[in-house]
Amino acid sequence: MSETGFLVGNGAGFSGDRVDAPLPVLKTLIASGQPAAMFFETLGERTVALAHMEKRRDPQAGYEPMLERLLDPILALASQNNIPLLGNWGAANPPAAARAVAKLAMEKGLPDLRIALVEGDDVTGLVAGGQLPVHEADAGLDMGAWNLIAANAYIGAEPLIEALAQDADVVVAGRTSDPALAIAPLAHHFGWRMDDWESLALGAAAGHLLECGSQVSGGVFWDPGFKDIPDPANIGFPIAEVTRAGLLTITKAADTGGLVDLRTIKEQLLYELHDPSHYITPDVVLDISQCTLEVTGKDRVAIHGLRGHARPDTLKVTASFEGSWLGEGEVSVAGPNALARARATADVLLQRMKIRGLDVRARVDLIGVASVHDNDAGTLWRGYEGPEPADIRIRLAVEAKTRDDADQASREVLAMLCCGTAGTGGARWRVTPRILTRSHLVLRERVPTRVTVKTAREILA
Amino acid sequence: MTQVLLHDIAHSRAGDKGNRLNMSLIPYRPELYPILAEQVTAERVLALFTHRGATACVRYDLPLMHLFNFVVDEVLEGGVNGSLNLDGHGKTNSFRLLSLTVEVPEHLLSG
Repeated sequence: MSETGFLVGNGAGFSGDRVDAPLPVLKTLIASGQPAAMFFETLGERTVALAHMEKRRDPQAGYEPMLERLLDPILALASQNNIPLLGNWGAANPPAAARAVAKLAMEKGLPDLRIALVEGDDVTGLVAGGQLPVHEADAGLDMGAWNLIAANAYIGAEPLIEALAQDADVVVAGRTSDPALAIAPLAHHFGWRMDDWESLALGAAAGHLLECGSQVSGGVFWDPGFKDIPDPANIGFPIAEVTRAGLLTITKAADTGGLVDLRTIKEQLLYELHDPSHYITPDVVLDISQCTLEVTGKDRVAIHGLRGHARPDTLKVTASFEGSWLGEGEVSVAGPNALARARATADVLLQRMKIRGLDVRARVDLIGVASVHDNDAGTLWRGYEGPEPADIRIRLAVEAKTRDDADQASREVLAMLCCGTAGTGGARWRVTPRILTRSHLVLRERVPTRVTVKTAREILA
Repeated sequence: MTQVLLHDIAHSRAGDKGNRLNMSLIPYRPELYPILAEQVTAERVLALFTHRGATACVRYDLPLMHLFNFVVDEVLEGGVNGSLNLDGHGKTNSFRLLSLTVEVPEHLLSG
C-alpha cells in the first residue's frame, strides 16, 4: 500500500472463536510498519445474559472466559509495538476483566501496561423500572412473570476513543456495538469528528466486515467443490486498511489459510443486515446500497461508495430474562427399516408426553431425514419420500415451565433404550435454563459512560 | 433453457436478528443477476419458509454488486431464545434457499 493509512485487525468474532487466531494478525500488523489497532468482538445477546448469570454465581466471573487465552500470546508483543487491543470482553463484569488483564500483564513483566475500563452500558435499573420503551420489533413479546437478568445498552465509539486518547494499551468494555470497536481506533487516529458521517461510515463498514472474524476471510464460506479455500484449519483473521483519503480495503493475516475475495466480502457485507441503505449503529447509519467492490491484489478487496447518515438519538438495549427450561433427549437407529423405526419412535415419544401429563411444548427431529429446516410439527420428516437413510438420530426437544417437567420429558427418550423400537441406542439427555431477550430503546443521554485508565500495577494495588 | 439448482450458480449466507432471518443471494457470474431477479422472487422464498410460520419476505436488490438480500419475518419459531429448533439462529437456511431451482440459458452455464 503506497499511502500510509491505519490498520485494524480482528482477533475474535465471537465468544468461542479460535484462540490461536490473533497472533498472525498482530504479526501482520507489525510487519506493515503502519499504525494499527486490534479488536476482539466476543459478545452476543445471549453471551451477555450468560455472563450476568456467571457473575451472580461468582462476583469475579462474568467476563469473556477465553480472555486470558486470547491475550496471552499477544499482550507483550502488542504493547511493545504500540498496537492497542480493544474488546467487549468485559461482558457483564468489565472491572473483573480489567483485573484479569492486569494480572496477566504483571506475569508478563508489564506493570506499566495501561488498561482502560469502560463502564456505563449496564442499564438494568432503567429496564427494571419500566422506563424504556420496547423496540417495535419486539412489541408482541410478553415477558409475563419472567425475572429480569440484566439489560445492557449498545454503546458507541466515543468512550473507546476517550480511552485511546489516554494512551490505553488494552481497552476493556462491556456491551459495545460491534462496529464501534473498529470505528474508535480509526476515529482516534484520523481525528474524525463524530458527525463526519462519511468517515464514520468507513469505520462502521470496516467494523461490520471484521466483527465476525474469519467470516470475511473464508469462515462459514467454504463449500467443498464449490467454494474451496486454502487450509481451512488455519483461516487467517481479517485486517481492514483505511487511508486518510477514505479508501477501505479488507485483507487478512499473512501466511495463513482462508481467502479474501469478492465472494467473501459480499457474503459478509450482507450478514445480519436488513435494509442495505439503513444499517443502524450507535455512531452512524451505514448505507451500502451504492457500494462497488474492487479486487486490488491477492486477498485484497477495496470497498467503494460507502455512505453514512446521521446517527440515531437512541441506543438499542438488550434486556434478558430468566425463561423456561429446555429439555432435550436423543437416541439413534441405523440400518434396515431405520426410517420406519425413527418415525415410530417419534410418535411414541409425543404420546408419552400426553400419557405422563407433562406440561411441555414438544418437538421431534429426525436428524438425517429433516431437522434444522423443519418445523415443530415435523412436516418435512413426516412428508419425506426420499431414499431410505442409513442412520437417523431422533431428537426430542421440549420447553417446560419447570425444570422437573423438562427433565422428566427428556428422560422419556432415555427410557426408549429398553422400551423403544428394535436396535435403539446412544441415548443422551440434558436440561438447560432458557434465556429470553427483548430489545428496548434508550435516549443516548440517559446512558452516561465512564472511562478509567490505570496501569496494571495500579489496578492490583 | 436448463433447470439447475441455485447452489450450482449462486451462493448465500444466512443471519438472524431476533425472529427475523436474512439471506444473501449472490450469483457467481454477474450475467446471472437478471435471471435470478426474475425467477427468485420474494414470494418464492417466502414459500420455502411458510411451514415454519414465516409471514413476510422482502427482497432488497443491489444491482451494483449483483446481489440480493432476502429478509424473512417470523421464520425462526421464536428465534434463538424461544425456538426448539437445533439451529435457533437459522444459519443453515441459506442452503434451503440454494435448494430452489431456476431455468438458465445454456450459454450462461458454460465456461
